[in-house]
Amino acid sequence: MTSFRLVGVISIVTLIRSFKMLMFFCLFLRGGLELLCDSVKIHNVDLEPENGEKQLTMKHLLSWVRTNLIKERPEMFMKGDSVRPGVLVLVNDCDWELSGQLDTTLEDKDVVVFISTLHGG
Amino acid sequence: MEGEAAAAKPKGRLCVICNQKRAALKRPKTLEQICRECFYAVFEEEIHRVIVDNQLFKPSERVAIGASGGKDSTVLAYVLSELNRRHNYGLDLFLLSVDEGITGYRDDSLETVKRNEIQYGLPLKVVSYKELYGWTMDEIVKLIGMKNNCTFCGVFRRQALDRGAALLKVDKLVTGHNADDIAETVLLNILRGDIARLSRCTSITTGEDGPIPRCKPFKYTYEKEIVMYAYFKKLDYFSTECIYSPNAYRGFAREFIKDLERIRPRAILDIIKSGEDFRISTSTKMPEQGNCERCGYISSQKWCKACVLLEGLNRGLPKLGIGRTRGANHETSKSIKQRNGTTDSIQSKQCGSLDF
Ligand SMILES: [Zn+2]
Ligand SMILES: [Zn+2]
Ligand SMILES: [Zn+2]
Repeated sequence: MTSFRLVGVISIVTLIRSFKMLMFFCLFLRGGLELLCDSVKIHNVDLEPENGEKQLTMKHLLSWVRTNLIKERPEMFMKGDSVRPGVLVLVNDCDWELSGQLDTTLEDKDVVVFISTLHGG
Repeated sequence: MEGEAAAAKPKGRLCVICNQKRAALKRPKTLEQICRECFYAVFEEEIHRVIVDNQLFKPSERVAIGASGGKDSTVLAYVLSELNRRHNYGLDLFLLSVDEGITGYRDDSLETVKRNEIQYGLPLKVVSYKELYGWTMDEIVKLIGMKNNCTFCGVFRRQALDRGAALLKVDKLVTGHNADDIAETVLLNILRGDIARLSRCTSITTGEDGPIPRCKPFKYTYEKEIVMYAYFKKLDYFSTECIYSPNAYRGFAREFIKDLERIRPRAILDIIKSGEDFRISTSTKMPEQGNCERCGYISSQKWCKACVLLEGLNRGLPKLGIGRTRGANHETSKSIKQRNGTTDSIQSKQCGSLDF
């Protein structure tokens, strides 16, 4: 996406983003989870918060990831509406168990890391 | 757990140890919220305590670290060389890897181990199935198919580590088995009714009567903390699954342990405690240890497990030695009846990790 950054494009993107209130996140898949997404480890995504709110929860992000990023074996990543036990989640390098797990609220430009502990020894 | 945490943003939470820095993780063992620096300190200190309290090493010993390139053994190699320096253990440390001959899996993980050799300055020895047994895992799988190949993996890997350790002339072999692994093995041994293994699997040191004792400095270390440590320290490890079939039964036990951990993280230590507190009743006969008549490896039977499996491979009867007389799936054993008329159950951790 960044390769198209001509001046005009930037202003249009900025306009759309402020208009639709898209939020930008950087997602990292590690510890073997990338294998569920064609081995792509880093995903830059734009998401729109529900009904015009300024923030978005991990619960929302997870369901988006499941629908849009995971290409195979979603059961290796999710269980119910949360991550599968054994998958660690860090929001801005902080354990999501400290921020309320699914209720963690995300802000624009947050970095979310998912690490599977279930592969290899 | 979730309710109270939901109120505050992570930014506001301070480390309960130093009360200065922002907490970075919640320790599963104690539920404390601690910062990165305090985490490194307690993580390393706890492992040091385990090593000292259990007298795992003596000064000037040669110690091989079973290195798979995965998270556990990578963190073990890093922490052990760090503690060796810091606390003057006086150990000569080596990395020992097994090359099973699995294209695209072991070659990649061996590359990781080779980088670790340079990063941590530890000499590396690689022993391969091909040179030890004349067969690679790829060749074995071609012959026997995807079923049961983990039997070969487990038996061969265990023996390969011992042979590599003998070549390195080490006094001890350490493996990266963590608390989650041990809790899982306790559970599996209960599910299989394997009392002999149940009492053995929680020992921090095993094989003291054999040629090379093995020990598990991570016995009380949670997998979550190992992975967090590797992540924060940016340690270089390899995390792809083995392409050959994992052990489904063990997979269920693993999932169960992880589910329990989510509800009550202490469960992992409690299961280990339960395993430790089981004592073998006198009615359970422990197999006598002898040596394999063919290769001399330690064995309670006439031939060791690897020789039985190899015999099958070389005679074109690869099913020889596979299957068990006890256990989950009461399938009739096709194994040759051995000296004492029973066959031992062969089980292995899933590929890519080291066996007990
Ligand atoms: Zn601190
Ligand atoms: Zn295997
Ligand atoms: Zn033998």
